[in-house]
Amino acid sequence: MALEAKIATEFATATPERPVIEVRGVSKSFGDHAVLCDVSLTVDKGKTICILGPSGSGKSTLLRCLNWLERPDHGDVYLSGQRIGYRVGGHVAMSSSELAAIRARIGMVFQHFNLWPHLTVLGNLIEAPIYVQRRARDTVIADAERLLTKVGLAEKRDVYPARLSGGQKQRVAIARALAMRPEVLLFDEATSALDPELVGEVLAVMKDLANEGMTMVVVTHEMGFAREAADEIVFLDHGRVVEVSDPASFFDRPRSERARQFLQRYERA
Amino acid sequence: MSHEFAVVWAHKDRLLEGLANTIWLSLLATAIALVLGALIAAVLMSRLSVARRAMQWLVDGMRCVPFLLLAYIVYYGLPTFGIRLNNWTAGLCALVLYNAAYLGEILRGAWAGLPSEYTDAAHAFGFQGLLLYRRIILPPVILASVPIIGNQVIQIIKDSAFLTILAVPELTHAASAIQSTYFVPFAAFVAAVALYWVLCRAVELTVGWTERRAEERR
Repeated sequence: MALEAKIATEFATATPERPVIEVRGVSKSFGDHAVLCDVSLTVDKGKTICILGPSGSGKSTLLRCLNWLERPDHGDVYLSGQRIGYRVGGHVAMSSSELAAIRARIGMVFQHFNLWPHLTVLGNLIEAPIYVQRRARDTVIADAERLLTKVGLAEKRDVYPARLSGGQKQRVAIARALAMRPEVLLFDEATSALDPELVGEVLAVMKDLANEGMTMVVVTHEMGFAREAADEIVFLDHGRVVEVSDPASFFDRPRSERARQFLQRYERA
Repeated sequence: MSHEFAVVWAHKDRLLEGLANTIWLSLLATAIALVLGALIAAVLMSRLSVARRAMQWLVDGMRCVPFLLLAYIVYYGLPTFGIRLNNWTAGLCALVLYNAAYLGEILRGAWAGLPSEYTDAAHAFGFQGLLLYRRIILPPVILASVPIIGNQVIQIIKDSAFLTILAVPELTHAASAIQSTYFVPFAAFVAAVALYWVLCRAVELTVGWTERRAEERR
């Protein structure tokens, strides 16, 4: 009875309204250079958070700390209430396979797409669901075909990534991340490496996802996207969170001097 | 002269049997050496510095051993330690050991040149360990090294000729037997060379074909 009650309470506390991502006091240095200083943030289910800030402010490092591609020196990251990197209730580090299992619950889209060149478009989508998540092949393929249709690339199913344009590659990369049925999707400057005329098609897919209630953390330089699609803006400068606010107040009435300077540069451009 | 070739032609079955053995031996050696080479490359790229250095030392050492001597050691030397292999197995082992070292180094080089983006994405998607190596790293590494692996296969085919000294019934051995029985050295050896040439040409054509396939996957 005691055990059942314990499970029941844990289950009750674990499921409803736990933030999908919770970052508490994360710091990270590369050598002498402090990249992140005491960063905390919360991402609730269904929300889109945009992380903005000048180059070198630590945005990408923060994003990579969320799935422990970079290990924070201090502080904790929680995925739906589960502490990443350490086993329950202790300081014992997770094994690499435990860490991999956590990462498989977080989708990631990279600046340079990072598609696997030896696999077709469909192969890229089904690889991790089949071999990492060990889901049934036919349902995974059905899922993948639906996702390719969603990003408008159903006809590219059997093509290798080298034959695609940048915009197409990035849409495949988004579909690949979605094929994992992730709890949250991370975007690391997903449009920065694209030719200007290809940015729109990728942003359109990202906006659709935000509107459909996907939980997203987006590092971007696209202020238009941030203003339209974000539920919350986190402004980072020199590795510190300077400002957290809703998009309207951030863009129209930034509170900090640093944010004002940052936004002015974009208005001039 | 034409009489010599007529003698060889009359015993073409024997030559073709030798050719078949050479092909079989080379294919088997290539397959096993590739698997072993993949393991060696993994050790050469591992973070365990002791294992890495020991393996590098072994690989570098193996590349400085003349193949003929290695074959002698495997066949005539190992029985000192109670390991007795028949001539066929000893020949295969020598080919595998020798070429696994080369292939390990070839794969390591291609792996070192693999953009880190692929493994970065793989880590983010939950790949690690053997699965990461087998599904994400090894395929592009092998695709990238197809031409060099092809060269190595040609090396294996030519090295297999040394195994005649262990009386492995391969192509050179067959040619040698024909020439010593009927005293037709020129024709017998030239016929064997022609067959080696055809074999190596076939490997080159296969490599070219695979290269064109690999092109779109880069």
